[in-house]
Amino acid sequence: MWWRSASFILDRQQEQNTSYPPNPESLLLSSPPPSMADSLQNPKPDISAYYQTRAAHHAVVTSDWLSQAQAAVSLQTNDDVSSGSDGRVAPTGGGTGGDNKTFSVIDEFNSWRKQPDLAEAVAAIRALAAVIRASQATTMMELEIELKKASDSLKAWDATSISLTAGCDLFMRYVTRTSALEYEDFNSARYRLIERAEKFGEISYKARRIIAMLSQDFIFDGCTILVHGFSRVVLEVLKTAAENKKHFRVFCTEGRPDRTGLRLSNELAKLDVPVKLLIDSAVAYTMDEVDMVLVGADGVVESGGIINMMGTYQIALVSHSMNKPVYVAAESYKFARLYPLDQKDMGPALRTIDFGVPIPSKVEVEKSARDYTPPQYLTLLFTDLGVLTPSVVSDELIQLYL
Amino acid sequence: MDPRRTARTVSDPKVRQVGFFTPAPPERSVSDPPRFQDPIQPPSPSPTQVNDHSPSGNSLSPVMIPPAHHHSDNFLRTALQATSPTKAFSYSAKTVTIPPENEDVASSFSPGRKVVSAKSPSSFPGVKASSVPASELTTVSVVNLPPGISEKAGGASVEVQNDRPVSAKTLKEKTSKAERRALQEAQRAAKAAAKAEGTKASSAASKVVTSANTKPSKAAKSSSQKNDGSQVAASEKKGGDRAPEKDRKKDAPHPRMQYDDKSRVEKAKKRAVVKQTEARNRVELFRHLPQYEHGTQLPDLETKFFELDPMHPAVYKVGLQYLSGDIRGGNARCIAMFQAFKEAIKDYSTPPEKTLIRDLTARISSYVSFLIECRPLSISMGNAIKFLKNRIAKLPLALSESEAKSTLMLDIDRFINEKIILSEKVIVKHAVTKIRDGDVLLTYGASSVVEMILLHAHELGKHFHVVVVDSRPKLEGQLLLRRLVRKGLSCTYTHVNAVSCIMQDVTRVFLGASSVLSNGTVYSRVGTACVAMVAHAFHVPVLVCCEAYKFHERVQLDSICFNELGNPDAISKVQGRKEINYLDGLVNQENLQLLNLIYDATPSDYVSMIITDYGMIPPTSVPVIVREYRRDHLWS
Repeated sequence: MWWRSASFILDRQQEQNTSYPPNPESLLLSSPPPSMADSLQNPKPDISAYYQTRAAHHAVVTSDWLSQAQAAVSLQTNDDVSSGSDGRVAPTGGGTGGDNKTFSVIDEFNSWRKQPDLAEAVAAIRALAAVIRASQATTMMELEIELKKASDSLKAWDATSISLTAGCDLFMRYVTRTSALEYEDFNSARYRLIERAEKFGEISYKARRIIAMLSQDFIFDGCTILVHGFSRVVLEVLKTAAENKKHFRVFCTEGRPDRTGLRLSNELAKLDVPVKLLIDSAVAYTMDEVDMVLVGADGVVESGGIINMMGTYQIALVSHSMNKPVYVAAESYKFARLYPLDQKDMGPALRTIDFGVPIPSKVEVEKSARDYTPPQYLTLLFTDLGVLTPSVVSDELIQLYL
Repeated sequence: MDPRRTARTVSDPKVRQVGFFTPAPPERSVSDPPRFQDPIQPPSPSPTQVNDHSPSGNSLSPVMIPPAHHHSDNFLRTALQATSPTKAFSYSAKTVTIPPENEDVASSFSPGRKVVSAKSPSSFPGVKASSVPASELTTVSVVNLPPGISEKAGGASVEVQNDRPVSAKTLKEKTSKAERRALQEAQRAAKAAAKAEGTKASSAASKVVTSANTKPSKAAKSSSQKNDGSQVAASEKKGGDRAPEKDRKKDAPHPRMQYDDKSRVEKAKKRAVVKQTEARNRVELFRHLPQYEHGTQLPDLETKFFELDPMHPAVYKVGLQYLSGDIRGGNARCIAMFQAFKEAIKDYSTPPEKTLIRDLTARISSYVSFLIECRPLSISMGNAIKFLKNRIAKLPLALSESEAKSTLMLDIDRFINEKIILSEKVIVKHAVTKIRDGDVLLTYGASSVVEMILLHAHELGKHFHVVVVDSRPKLEGQLLLRRLVRKGLSCTYTHVNAVSCIMQDVTRVFLGASSVLSNGTVYSRVGTACVAMVAHAFHVPVLVCCEAYKFHERVQLDSICFNELGNPDAISKVQGRKEINYLDGLVNQENLQLLNLIYDATPSDYVSMIITDYGMIPPTSVPVIVREYRRDHLWS
């Protein structure tokens, strides 16, 4: 007999996938994986690399994280030796180009993403620029194929990161739209691409500035803003508002399990902004006092909804039912051609959750790191393209990608 | 990327506005971030795009909805949709006077007809000279005819004008003597009529001119609806088939003719090839739609096969197939029509002293009008016909006849391949990603695309269950069910009455569509809206699969304005069940109206996603597709 069972089956499939992992080490959650510093392959395929990096950037020290880091230090020496050979699979040269060239985009990408201020998409684009530099292609077509391979391998390396995918897609889009015909020859086109990739870093920073400027109109004196998680854009927005001598106060959620809210409240306290810290479950309780909700986004999808840290959806639901506006601050390179229909429609980005006490093995733990907030619960998106309603996102994406 | 994206540095974000706005001086704050180049945009200029960041600020931003087109070639396409009342409001009120040299043209109209002139420079030079150039919107105006017929028409226009504000700027200085006299006479007639009706006579001057008002008042609605039939039909004529020889017989009745307009219906009847008998008890609310007795035309047409010399046999055959219901489904009908047209073009030869472009357009129009008589066009067919006519009109004059014909035939093939067959494949590719193992998929009716999706997903080895929901009287779902079960899919079959019971077990609803309108409304087989609403209430995502060539820029809020009525006998009788005869003998009763609607409109709120050949989009993005791709692909 048939029955509505999709989610159960999905869950079961995931379990099955994890039960015969390629890497026996990853079964034992206690055993520390090599940290990002030296991971050339995704060390734990069941744990989102994206969220590992974020945790590293935010310097949030959980006990889990600490043990991982310590173990990584001890493992580093032999890991480098072992992964040094198999990590350089040279995704650029599947037989065409770099046969003698041992170059890996993933290497490059990981070295870029170690920089805490650099967004994931920018790291991806820089990595792709390195591919162009290293490539020995002589025609645009060749280069394009090489880049395509590189970006595919990058995307496959961490399928959970939306901005990585979006960054790769954006750059590929740019490359395919730039033909050597517009320039005098292949080399100038190539330099143009590299130059563009180099610029991307500052652009991402500038995008944050623009978003901060745009959102100033929405922050009024005496307002109370609820924020969730730690987002660089949101911090920039609040910082600018504080610099503009606006009087407002901020409610920070704790942001379990990696406690990103704690970090944000720290930063805000440094700016002398009145901050109140809430536990994640106190959102509905405090919603009465809140004037607006401001969140960042890991990715903005085609429907105009956002994918963000776990908990965003329920905050949006609560504020929608209380008629409070929900604003999203996101750079336009986070726009992704995805269209989730419901929460389970995306591949889950898992992460470890530290409950502080041992959990019996029979108890399941929901480990997903993010959720999807449908567009009807969002009021406006602050992006570097302007302040958009959710429905405009698709417009922009269509113009970008088609 | 295109230049407008490069231009869109957000140096002053406030400039970016959505919707129509008046040009304002760009204000720049001191703290403007410096202009930077957008990361992803090569400076490749593409001519079709509009630069949005010009300092004047009155050009289009990419998020803006472009205003109505104001070129004559664009007018053609808007004219086709003009019958829906909502559309008609966009025409501004302007007066166009007809210079004397056109009087012979005008008087050749059948009595009572109003002359409509649009700003269409190519076909009507005299009008263009006198029309007001400043108008932003498409100019449509109706001028009553000089003596002889003015009384009747004037009277009609008075009736129309009675209760709404009228623009007074009517008479231009440049009107010729003859015209002024004509106008005066018309005014006199109008005044008399107005007095008889006891209305104020102050708006006499404007009474002569029936102009569609931009103001969407209710009063205007009735009038514009009334005018639309004539306006549109007339303006269509000048779109290219206003051949100098004035063979009015080729004149096609407009697909969206309002059938409650008696005079228009009379005229259409005279031209009609198919003799339709009107239904006895027409449903009051749907009087504007054709309601005919079903089942009477076929034998009549068959006898006439050899008498209809202008009709190509292939077209004739397709028409008969439409009539009998052998060909149904948007794509199938469209392909059949195009293949018939291809045959017709193959056998076409330009008559002496005629040009191919004009004569062929007229020929196609007459075919189309024949097909409409067999069964009203679907929106997708309307789009396809517009495409074909556009291709004909854009043919270079230098082309020889055989070259032109082969170009057109290639175009038709390309349309069928790219817009229908390939786009179906792309849709299947997209949609399959949304099917997971363990899903329970619900579909309604029989959509060819949905069937392809289900079969493809099955081929990929996905395990899912299909619920086919069906409804009387067509029971198309059974056909689909048969094909699915044969391929080994696990299926459930139920009728739409049970949809609320079954919906709680469903994880995805896949629906086909006859058309998607630009407000996201899905226009589809009747019952679709019901299924979508139930799915929405159960929080089940509704995925609508529709090829982009079926998108239409019209906006429709209900399923009354435009619809198709099926055979009322189909719902009053149940085939094979002789004992259900409660309605026997009641069908001719005065107080019984049987309504068999074919389509309904699903509001966009109930649609989670539209899967089209350009990817998966939210229903709010339909206008984007229409705006961005219509112009480039379909119309160029």
